[in-house]
Amino acid sequence: MVNLKIDDKKVKVPEGTTVMEAAASMGIRIPSLCYLKEINEIAACRICLVELVGKDKLITSCNNVVQEGMEIYTNSPKVRSARRTNIQLLLSQHDSRCAICERSGNCNLQQISNDMGIVSNPFPDDWNVEPWPADFPLVRHSQKCIRCMRCVQVCDKVQGVGVWDIANTGGRTTIGVSGIRKIEQSDCVLCGQCVTHCPVAALHAREDWQQVIDAMADPEKITVVQIAPAVRTAWAEGLGIPREKATVGRLVAALRRLGFDYVFDTTFSADLTIMEEGSEFLARFDEIRESGKPMFTSCCPGWVRFVKSQYPDMVEQLSTAKSPQQMFGTIAKTYYAKLLNVDPKKIYCVSIMPCVAKKHEAAIPVMNDGGAGPDVDCVLTTRELARMIRADRIMVEALESEEFDLPLGVGTGAGVIFGSTGGVMEAALRSAYYLISGKNPAPDSFRIIREPEGWREGEFNMAGTKVKVAVVSGLANTRKLIEALRHGEARYDFVEVMACPGGCVGGGGQPIHDGEELAELRSQYLYELDQESPIRFSHENPAITQLYQDFLEKPMSHKAHELLHTDHEAWQMGR
Amino acid sequence: MSRLRISTPDEAQLTMEHLYLDLERHIAASAPGLCPVDLQISFLRLCHAQSCGKCVPCRVGLGQLQRLMTDVLENRATPQTLDLIEQTARNIEASADCAIGYDAARMVLNGLSGCREDYLSHIRRGRCAAGITQPVPCVALCPAGVDVPGYIALVGEGRYADAVRLIRKDNPFPTACAMVCEHPCEARCRRNMIDSAVNIRGIKRVAVDHAHADTVLVPSNEPSTGKRVAIVGGGPSGLSAAYYLALMGHRVDLYEEKPHLGGMLRYGIPAYRFPRERLQEDIDAILSTGIEVHMNVNVGKDVTIRELHEQFDAVYVAIGAQTNKKVGIEPDGKVREGNVISAVEMLRDVGMDRPIDLKGKRVVIVGGGNVAMDCTRTAIRLGASQVMVAYRRRRNDMTAMPEEVEGAIAEGAELITLNAPLKIETDEEGNVAALWVQPQICGAMDSQGRPRPVNSHEEPERIPCDVVITAIGQGIETAHFEEFGLEVKWGVLQTVDESLEGDIPGVFVGGDCVTGPATVIRAIAAGKVAAANIDEYLGFHHNISCDVEIPNANLADKKPCGRVNLREVGTGERRGSFEHIEKGMTDEEAAQECGRCLRCDHFGYGILKGGRNSRW
Repeated sequence: MVNLKIDDKKVKVPEGTTVMEAAASMGIRIPSLCYLKEINEIAACRICLVELVGKDKLITSCNNVVQEGMEIYTNSPKVRSARRTNIQLLLSQHDSRCAICERSGNCNLQQISNDMGIVSNPFPDDWNVEPWPADFPLVRHSQKCIRCMRCVQVCDKVQGVGVWDIANTGGRTTIGVSGIRKIEQSDCVLCGQCVTHCPVAALHAREDWQQVIDAMADPEKITVVQIAPAVRTAWAEGLGIPREKATVGRLVAALRRLGFDYVFDTTFSADLTIMEEGSEFLARFDEIRESGKPMFTSCCPGWVRFVKSQYPDMVEQLSTAKSPQQMFGTIAKTYYAKLLNVDPKKIYCVSIMPCVAKKHEAAIPVMNDGGAGPDVDCVLTTRELARMIRADRIMVEALESEEFDLPLGVGTGAGVIFGSTGGVMEAALRSAYYLISGKNPAPDSFRIIREPEGWREGEFNMAGTKVKVAVVSGLANTRKLIEALRHGEARYDFVEVMACPGGCVGGGGQPIHDGEELAELRSQYLYELDQESPIRFSHENPAITQLYQDFLEKPMSHKAHELLHTDHEAWQMGR
Repeated sequence: MSRLRISTPDEAQLTMEHLYLDLERHIAASAPGLCPVDLQISFLRLCHAQSCGKCVPCRVGLGQLQRLMTDVLENRATPQTLDLIEQTARNIEASADCAIGYDAARMVLNGLSGCREDYLSHIRRGRCAAGITQPVPCVALCPAGVDVPGYIALVGEGRYADAVRLIRKDNPFPTACAMVCEHPCEARCRRNMIDSAVNIRGIKRVAVDHAHADTVLVPSNEPSTGKRVAIVGGGPSGLSAAYYLALMGHRVDLYEEKPHLGGMLRYGIPAYRFPRERLQEDIDAILSTGIEVHMNVNVGKDVTIRELHEQFDAVYVAIGAQTNKKVGIEPDGKVREGNVISAVEMLRDVGMDRPIDLKGKRVVIVGGGNVAMDCTRTAIRLGASQVMVAYRRRRNDMTAMPEEVEGAIAEGAELITLNAPLKIETDEEGNVAALWVQPQICGAMDSQGRPRPVNSHEEPERIPCDVVITAIGQGIETAHFEEFGLEVKWGVLQTVDESLEGDIPGVFVGGDCVTGPATVIRAIAAGKVAAANIDEYLGFHHNISCDVEIPNANLADKKPCGRVNLREVGTGERRGSFEHIEKGMTDEEAAQECGRCLRCDHFGYGILKGGRNSRW
């Protein structure tokens, strides 16, 4: 243990503790901007400065560890003065028109500046606007960037993709796309992790919700909305109500209040995905065993972009099943249009996703099997949904619970856990077991793959056949797994990959909480919903059974192939 | 009112004088990889501030050039902007009244042509073509990429053996580099901004003096790969490659034509600079990895490179630059053996303990490089009665390190500068009688910025002497390797690319035989690069790493403090012996000097881009 004094109070902390952590342990919150534990400990913003007695120069508290006998002041005149100047300098290069900024109210720079009572700046504005393609799902506003380098580090260290890099030197140092590429030509997977780790609004997802408002205003359009499993875990995080009150029923009510004609659940099409993907896995099993090449899930478009750009020779190992979002879109514009007895062109299909890459997925040119334009017309992030709710000043707490519409609103516990890393695999194994043996396993038989590690594996006896599976989330972990596969150091039959750490619950379209990682907490909520769910097997979803009976015949049928499967080679990433 | 006054500088002038010195030091500490356009604008701004303001091209033009160059940086320029910059600068160069204007314009023109790619990259892509790749200046400038801040921190904590281990991760010659490295690492040391560069080599010396290399165990070898690699040449490059390849689990056979290992470290560098027993410490540590050494084997005579290529899975050719270049001065008759010799021969014979007898003789060394100084100081130690250095340029044009020249003078050498050797006069028995030299004047600059010596109108002069030693460069014995099929151009062996692979698969080439005579550390770096690429060539991806934990950075204020320079044995004592002349730091000095390191691995860009490559 190390003894030191902070603001005249004695404190004892373990060796290796940073000054910032030591201060936090005694209730002193030192402000910081660039710091992200274990990801970005580079002391660039110089906001977390403290005074070390006996030294002329101030030190940063985020990346310097305590030493025996240190005497620290966190708010000495020197600290106050330097911190204020540094915030003012940052503000001079930041477009501070907060009233028209999407991160207003959720911006650490704004918060610190307000807290410090900075209401004027001696330094004139000195920011410039760098060009950016308007139609790319990921947006960078250079005029807001504070060069904290978090995006560079997250993309390098957590995702192992390295899209961002530092461009130029000296006073012109900024963030650029690595390798002097254009973003639309880069291998950006659109996971959005740089967005959720940006302390300001320099990085954000393209905002599309005005299009939805327009569609609602069009009397010719029938607006249909699906909500992804992970959205229910986080949608109200910024709306000021406690998590336990932010129920799915209230979310459904809010969506109706916003004006959607039909409110559906992606959980439904997640169950459908399991039927197709599970059947596909069994059909490919012999080939998998023979080649030693596992089948990969394909429901995460970030992962699909990753494999297409980093390991193009492995694209053939992806399941051909569409993602739940896309299956839903196709079914909405075929089966459901028939049920409504309307022209599918009238259906405007919206999805609410915890994801940035889903915006790209919906726009893939071949995702139009419903024959009425894109199967999914518009994808909104969880954050955009929250904004629509705020824009309409809907008081969520006052809403009565409502049910999803039928039949595309019926989902099982297996579909719900799609939103968490391991969930797709677990749901698939539950149904695969049934498809092999004709009997249901205990629903929690496969819980071993719920462990929190980024890469985990399990081997299960599926009625006599041993199946070895792996689950991985975060693309740096994914790269390790793939390299192990390619070097023959690992061998699996089936691998689930989710690009974002923790799965969709930690997705790049989820609400942002600076410095906090909420994926695990949100994931627990999904598993609770699964536990409480009356049906926990995708193959027991009555709406799915009906769908096959009335429309698709059976999993992997000709029609199912036509509508629910896709060719991942049929489109190119930008170059 | 007085008719004349003595002017004394006021405080502002004195402050400016200090700021000029500060600026010089800051410029010296510019890290590699900075934006050339941005820096050139900054220089131009300075030049513009120096303008007296009288003349149009300088007063107005230098300002407009800054604007145009700023347009390049701020996405407002087109390729035509570059034409305008060039045209404007040419006109300023042609029309400015004094050097403030026309030399500023010349710098702009040089930058525009030399860094054109950067200008174009800004115009086309809105950003620099390059960037900072290694964020720690000393590491960036060390050819072998040794973890300098890491081992300085370790020495600072008295963990000398750990420092040796850490150095060895990138350089298996910690002792050699502690004694004789030219320390390119110090050139852009950020400490220059505050006072002067950290004495990095001196600190390394502290490490190896406390933890002798042969007492610090090398890491254990990886499991045997069953692959065999032949190394041709037992100098620093060959031994470095051998060391890393052995660690990677390959079987290494090393061929050396001389009776001892070390190459130029033994046969080129005199013992007073690098004691033989200290060299042996590095060599013993390297050999402890289990390298099979074949001494006294000349590749070309005793075994051919073709045979090695057939018998081994890969070959590394690191034969160095072992021959002397021919001097353009010929004796006017027959010369008795030992009267006119080359530096290579002289130093080799000393290295083989059969030195030439110079007792009581008058010796002239021809040349101005480090080898010339080695010969000069060796001749003094061999008892020559008078030792002179004939050089056609000025003393400050010498390529030898200034401290070597100073050392030679202190030991009694006479410099005869601005005199080009003309001919050697001999008597009837072939004894050298004198060296004739043609006086020079230093003239216009050559393309490297060194003034060219030009024959003056003075008459040739006669320098009476008994022995002439020529130290004007070394050559490479390429013939045997050229016959085998390796490409030779301008007298040096060629590689396909920076991987050091030659144009025959499985044959790698590196060190002095590729670069021409260069430094120890460049030869070591080539050995390291060759080892990594041979490992890949053989189908492996071994990593060389070091698990030594680096101490946390010290938070003490970095107040200006003098640099500890190493002292030498007094001239009276040292000129009669080959004993090591340089003294190491005291513990007190070492502690202070280690504390001067700014830890660029932790502070600044290092912490962002990873100030440390823990493996390669």
